[in-house]
Amino acid sequence: MAKADSLQGSMDLLVLKILSRRPGLHGYAIMSAIQDISGEVLRVEEGSLYPALHRMEEAGWIRAEWITKESGRRARLYELTAAGKKQLGMEESRWQAVTLAVNRVLREA
Amino acid sequence: MSLWTRMANVLRGDRLNREIDEELEAHIAEAIAQGREPGEVRRAFGSTLRHREESRDARLLTWLDSLRADFVFGWRQLRKAKVTSAAAILSLALGIGSCTAAFRLIDALLLRPLPVANAERLHVITFENTGPVGMERYDSCSYPMFRQMREDVKGQAELIGVSYADRLDLTYGSDAQMEKGYVQFVSGWMFDAFGIRPAVGRLLSADDDTEPGAHPYAVLSHDYWKQRFGSDPSVVGKTLRIGQTIFQIIGVTEGPFTGTETGTMTGIFLPMAMKNPQTLASWNNFWLRTFIQLKPGVAVEPVEERLRATFHAIQLERVKTLVRLTPQQMAQFFNEKLYVNDAAAGRSNLQRDYKRTLEVLASLVGLVLLIVCANVANLMTAQAGARTREMALRVSIGAGRWRLAQLVLAESALRAVLGGIAGGMFAWWAAPYVVGMINPPDDPARLVLPGDWRVFAFAGLLSLVVTALFGAAPALRASSMRPAAALKGGENPHRTVWLMHGLVAVQVAFCFLVLFVAGLFVTTFDRLTHQATGFSSERIVNLETLTEQAQPSVNWDQVAEHLREVPGVQSVAMTTWPMMSGESWTQEIVVSGAVPADVLSDFLAVSPGWFEEMKIPVLDGREFRREENYPNAAIVNQTFANEFFHGENPVGKSFETIGPKTERVRVTIVGYVKDARSRDNFRFPVRATAYVPFSSVDGAGVPQLRGRGTFVVRTSGENLQALAPVLREEVAKTRPEFYVSNMRTQAEIMRGRTFRERLLATLGMFFAGVAIVLGGIGLYGVLHYSVVQRRREIGIRLAVGAQAGRIARLITADVFLMVAVGAVLGLVSGVAAARTMESLLFEVKATDWTMMAVPWTVLVVTALVAAIVPVMRAVRIDPVEMLRVE
Repeated sequence: MAKADSLQGSMDLLVLKILSRRPGLHGYAIMSAIQDISGEVLRVEEGSLYPALHRMEEAGWIRAEWITKESGRRARLYELTAAGKKQLGMEESRWQAVTLAVNRVLREA
Repeated sequence: MSLWTRMANVLRGDRLNREIDEELEAHIAEAIAQGREPGEVRRAFGSTLRHREESRDARLLTWLDSLRADFVFGWRQLRKAKVTSAAAILSLALGIGSCTAAFRLIDALLLRPLPVANAERLHVITFENTGPVGMERYDSCSYPMFRQMREDVKGQAELIGVSYADRLDLTYGSDAQMEKGYVQFVSGWMFDAFGIRPAVGRLLSADDDTEPGAHPYAVLSHDYWKQRFGSDPSVVGKTLRIGQTIFQIIGVTEGPFTGTETGTMTGIFLPMAMKNPQTLASWNNFWLRTFIQLKPGVAVEPVEERLRATFHAIQLERVKTLVRLTPQQMAQFFNEKLYVNDAAAGRSNLQRDYKRTLEVLASLVGLVLLIVCANVANLMTAQAGARTREMALRVSIGAGRWRLAQLVLAESALRAVLGGIAGGMFAWWAAPYVVGMINPPDDPARLVLPGDWRVFAFAGLLSLVVTALFGAAPALRASSMRPAAALKGGENPHRTVWLMHGLVAVQVAFCFLVLFVAGLFVTTFDRLTHQATGFSSERIVNLETLTEQAQPSVNWDQVAEHLREVPGVQSVAMTTWPMMSGESWTQEIVVSGAVPADVLSDFLAVSPGWFEEMKIPVLDGREFRREENYPNAAIVNQTFANEFFHGENPVGKSFETIGPKTERVRVTIVGYVKDARSRDNFRFPVRATAYVPFSSVDGAGVPQLRGRGTFVVRTSGENLQALAPVLREEVAKTRPEFYVSNMRTQAEIMRGRTFRERLLATLGMFFAGVAIVLGGIGLYGVLHYSVVQRRREIGIRLAVGAQAGRIARLITADVFLMVAVGAVLGLVSGVAAARTMESLLFEVKATDWTMMAVPWTVLVVTALVAAIVPVMRAVRIDPVEMLRVE
């Protein structure tokens, strides 16, 4: 499952989940977190992370804030909103349902 | 982030781009800081531009953003073609502005509901009668009739009686401080029924309108209170005197209500029961309008039925009191029919007199707007022709048809909005200006012309429609273009040319129509003002004078005598009211014992020397002498002699009329004069008139007193303005009980008789001028465009030796054909249109050939002038240069 396009449907879920655990990450940190936790199995295509983040921000699931780091460089940090928490719950249960169904097919076919 | 932030982001697009870029850059910097290879990072990241565009689309409203881009681009286009844009925007401003102004007037006079509770349930009683002069409509009735009708529909509707608003002399102090004010007698329950509350004090109630003469109370309107008393609340309790009656002010209304007579703002409301007792008791004195306020849930029809039955019963009673009716008059009397009409917008004579005028003006204005639209559409199409390549390029790189149409429509909308704003300002100024032209300056019509949502909604809607009208053609053209052909540089030019030619024909037709109608109005005005009056109005001032108590004629003579000694006065005579002031006195005439004539004759009381002063030629006999009194002697005019004496010289003969105590009186004719116009309507011929002496006696020979009269002063100098205050003062100085109520020059009075026609002629001319200028610009635009389009062809023709004349014909033939077609269309519609406004015309026929020739000539000249520059440009094309460029 190294291909980005196969990750497409679950990108939102992963981002929301990461942010629910560790609020205040910037884009690069989110990407690194996904890769690290998944043991380098899941790789996010770097550039397309940002349109996705902006779309979620637009939907009101996450919100962003500019901060200035010690290095003087500015960074845009994301955190979950209340609506995002609800969305995360929905996405999680949908994911569970889908994997359950896929597993059942794999088992019983 | 919400819809709102996405809309806001459209406006801060550049900042948004920077922000996204910064974040993407931060990502790459972070990656490098983590120790990755810069080249590898950039490769892995992909195209920043694509990611930025995607993010951008997520963070703003794309359609709004493209619209914004179109408007920015459109604005640049407008500024690039400054002259064309200015011409388009100015003509749009004129069109939209005139339409909005016309709407404001029509709305204020005819549509806007009165500021009263439940205006939609308000109706008014009118009567219709088909008599010898055609259908007559009136809306007054007498007080006993009103009370009876009110009684009969109680429970279904409330009837509210309202007198005609009168401009009366009144005073809050001494006689020397007389002033004018609009006064209306109203039913005491009117304020309650209309839901109007007092701002201070209390308003009239039903109890104030019971016994005749018992409640001398007055209520002021808020507007009058503010203007006259500066909103001083201590005005309650003060008194005012009108005639001999003293009224006490009991309160002031709240809100914008100024009576029910749209076009007149009533300042003072008095209870109906305070009208003089004789008038109140008379069944035949028609002086009040009857408003009906239906109770909730009651339909008009049953109330109308009930009132008709009442009216018929009243007619049966009334006919007994009327004597000497001919069978014809009797039939006519019973033919009268009662109607209940909607009156949410109030009821006034101004509405009656100006409804048609405003409708005609609105149509003219509408035509001008259509010309504007056709014109701007043509200009834009021509301009779009120059942009074919740009459009083709846009299509080639993937712009959709709708995107192109949007681009062009955005530009059109920009023009319409700018034109709309300028037009709004024009309407702001124009509507009150036109109202100012309606009545004489000392007594202007007053219409409330608020700039509220109705006006804005109209102007906004109009701008939208206009955008659609003139933006559609170029937008269609842009969206239906075929890029391959356009980029090759040779799309078939004839398609657009035909569209433009069609527009030219339409435009010329409208132009012709406007010119034609304007011509009719100008001719009408000209004919009316050049109607012979039969008297000289040069340097005449009329001093309409009232006295505190009626005065013997000796006193009137004394004042006249004194006025003669004032320097600058040439002569002074007296009469009841000025010539053509609109007032009249009619009497029955019986000659040698025959039955009374069907038509009443006009009577006018004049003093000795009046004919000489007015320069009315005496054909035979003489003027009155001092010792002569009405009804002993009379002087008659030519029409009188024709009607009653078969055109023979009537001097020495006599006729009978009705004396002061309704007895028959024999009058001897002592003079015979030429016809002179005493009535105010220029459209009717001079009536049979008997002049009688200014002083009168009753049956027993006792001199009668007189409470009103007019000193007719002819001055020796031209400066009437300087003399006026002197004369006013001299009257009061001679006898303090005399008071000059109104002072008007004769010329002023006569101008007042043609205000409507002057208004139509002036505005007609104005719009004709506008139409011609616009039409000329439109023609020029089209011709110019066709020269540009066909310059290659013209170059080749010139190169192979074509004559200049041939080239000129080549360019102009089609367009001039369209002008001819348009003119014919305009003529046909003009003759048809003239039929609908015959009531506004005078001694002019739509089928008169001069009426058609003038617009024809003007149009042809305009077309020729418009053609000169394009034709010159065409024949000056240098074939060598042209072919080299191509």
